[in-house]
Amino acid sequence: MSTTQAVKGLDETPVAQRSHRSTGFLREWLTTADHKKIGLMYITYALVFLVIAGFEAILMRIQLWVPNNHFVSPQVFNRLFTMHGTTMVFFVGMPILFGWGNYLVPLMIGARDMAFPRLNAFSFWISAFAGVLLYFSYIGGSGLYAAGSAPDVGWFAYAPLTARVFSPGHSTDYWTLALLLSGVGSIGTALNIVTTILCMRCPGMKLSRMPLLAWLYLVMNGLVFVTVSPLTAAQIMLTLDRYLGSHFFDTQAGGSAVLWMHFFWIFGHPEVYVLVLPAFAFVNEIVPVFSRKAIFGYPAMVAASVGIGFISLSVWAHHMFTVGLGPAGNTFFVFATMVISVPTGIKIFNWLATIWGGRVIFATPMIFCVGFLFQFLVAGLTGIMLAAAPFDWQLGNSYFVVAHFHYVLVGAILFALFAAFYYWYPKITGRMMSETLGKWHFILFLVGFHLTFDFMHIPGLLGMPRRIYTYEAGRGWEGWNIIVGIGAFFQAAGTLVFVYNMLRSYKTGKAAGPDPWDAWTLEWSTTSPPPEYNFAVTPTVHSRRPLWDLKHPEDLDSDYE
Amino acid sequence: MMSDATSIPMGNAAAPEAPWTQPYRGTVGMACLILAESAIFIIFIVAYIFYIGKSLNGPTPAQVLETPYFGTVCLLSSSITVHFAVAALRRARTSSCTMWLAGTVLLGAIFLGTTAQEWYRLIVKEGLTIQTNLFGTTYYSLVGLHASHVIVGLIMLSLTLAFSIFGRVNEHHAEKLEVLSLYWHFVDAVWVVVFTVVYVVGK
Repeated sequence: MSTTQAVKGLDETPVAQRSHRSTGFLREWLTTADHKKIGLMYITYALVFLVIAGFEAILMRIQLWVPNNHFVSPQVFNRLFTMHGTTMVFFVGMPILFGWGNYLVPLMIGARDMAFPRLNAFSFWISAFAGVLLYFSYIGGSGLYAAGSAPDVGWFAYAPLTARVFSPGHSTDYWTLALLLSGVGSIGTALNIVTTILCMRCPGMKLSRMPLLAWLYLVMNGLVFVTVSPLTAAQIMLTLDRYLGSHFFDTQAGGSAVLWMHFFWIFGHPEVYVLVLPAFAFVNEIVPVFSRKAIFGYPAMVAASVGIGFISLSVWAHHMFTVGLGPAGNTFFVFATMVISVPTGIKIFNWLATIWGGRVIFATPMIFCVGFLFQFLVAGLTGIMLAAAPFDWQLGNSYFVVAHFHYVLVGAILFALFAAFYYWYPKITGRMMSETLGKWHFILFLVGFHLTFDFMHIPGLLGMPRRIYTYEAGRGWEGWNIIVGIGAFFQAAGTLVFVYNMLRSYKTGKAAGPDPWDAWTLEWSTTSPPPEYNFAVTPTVHSRRPLWDLKHPEDLDSDYE
Repeated sequence: MMSDATSIPMGNAAAPEAPWTQPYRGTVGMACLILAESAIFIIFIVAYIFYIGKSLNGPTPAQVLETPYFGTVCLLSSSITVHFAVAALRRARTSSCTMWLAGTVLLGAIFLGTTAQEWYRLIVKEGLTIQTNLFGTTYYSLVGLHASHVIVGLIMLSLTLAFSIFGRVNEHHAEKLEVLSLYWHFVDAVWVVVFTVVYVVGK
């Protein structure tokens, strides 16, 4: 097989004139079942909610800037942290990762679309409706009459606060129904991605040759079935409690509030891994390309991912050490939580070994990945601290916990997501993003991130509880909260640079061509942006790096398998 | 850099090493759905077991529950009939398939009827509702969740039966009918667990 011949054998399939062109842009996007368009709609929708939920975070930081502040009322503050948490997890994290999965998985496994394109569209629209429903709570129900408004029960909505007596009005119902619907959408998309990966791979793409991104999406979406479903079940129970007068979480009738905690965290902890596995997936693809080396320890990476998937199902009660589980329960969950750091550590060592000895190119995607590596490590270390039950008794429910999980969600997941944007933007639009603005984005966001979340650990250690709307002066928390607040504004500025960069590069970015990074996976073998059918000829692969084989026929990867 | 190429089609050069087969996507999709549904049922079953004997007032399961042997036999038999329907369709015996499908729908409907009868007796005669106590709460939600899955299955089976009666089902649809039968087997298997928990362990 000669390279030149393959490269010259261009995709000459004529692009069919789309019949519904005349009916307009809107109809094209509303009725599409194309995985790339649905993926982009998922991502756009999540970015809108990212800005909204980020704005809520800024409002909270202004309120906590100085002691005894009255910038917002206690009621509004409760709504802000509830909406911030719920939005970030269900309407930013999940859809943006599903969006990338939708866009990338079929391209990377050489498929023309997802296994069930219409189910794909259904899942997106039902999730989108759920997000609108959640925010409609501000005006819907009895919201405008100030009797209800947005949900204010916290993102984990502990019983019996959610009971009808303690949460009158409809705000909690909006929360429940929005999560129920988004759960239906999540399960639909997860089913679709798993089926696509198992049934739609191009010839030669054995499971052992799949890009690691596809592997991690397989594990992540497998996890969604056993993670989101328990939450759906618990939401059904809560709705029955609130509307039919059943007693699942009604402590007056012998119901158990702790049962809700178990059900919520059986969802809640694996959910963290549902969010972080795609972040690992992006890093797995980006680090080798910018280190100019194949990924180190592919089988170990796959095994570690599957291991994380299984172990993550047995750690949920480390969110409940302060409940008093008894010595046996505590010991089990401490042990399980510590064990999960082993496969995670394997991953970090494999990324380091991939970079080691490589000719590293510090383009914007790569520097975000380096930020990810360092910050994920720190987040893991504070995680091990909190995994020790006695330490957790001291610091549970404090800002130390808030700092820890934001280190994972922002420092690791969001940094990996930004890397993904810079890396795949040329594929999606056909244009490069500005490197200068990208580096400004990185610096502003890095500084802001560390100002906010490094220093947030300290008021936590000094005893500042989470979810308080204000605090007394003279407790030693004042200065720290100002630093944390300043960091939030740096992050907002960085995000604005990022949004500006995306918009500007769409018009003025330099043309990318099909393969701007000299990468090795199948999505770079088609045009940028890819045609609706992805590949004119279904590719056949012989190794884990099909494009390497094509560019280097004298040194085929498949010779080493 | 390969910026001179607009696309790199592959696969013309070499043939795949071995015949390339992957699982049928309907089966995989249904397996995923069953996994997700199992997780939902597990949570309801855990709640049921957790609340056994924790009700603050009566009636208790031992006082009011009657084991539904007849309905159970009907539902479990319907798993066998739907299996024969798929087997018949594979051998292109469409009229035999229609008969077996009709049997399945009938048996499923009988099961649903026995559940309805039991609920009627419990609500009207025994005065047990979802609001009465924790037993009522967990009993109606668990059995109701299962019954709603039976209803969904019956709707899909009835539609298939209608298509089959009008001669629109042939042997090319065997794989699809098998996907539906997987769902029905799952509903039956769940009933075995629900039956054990509610009428054996919990009584």
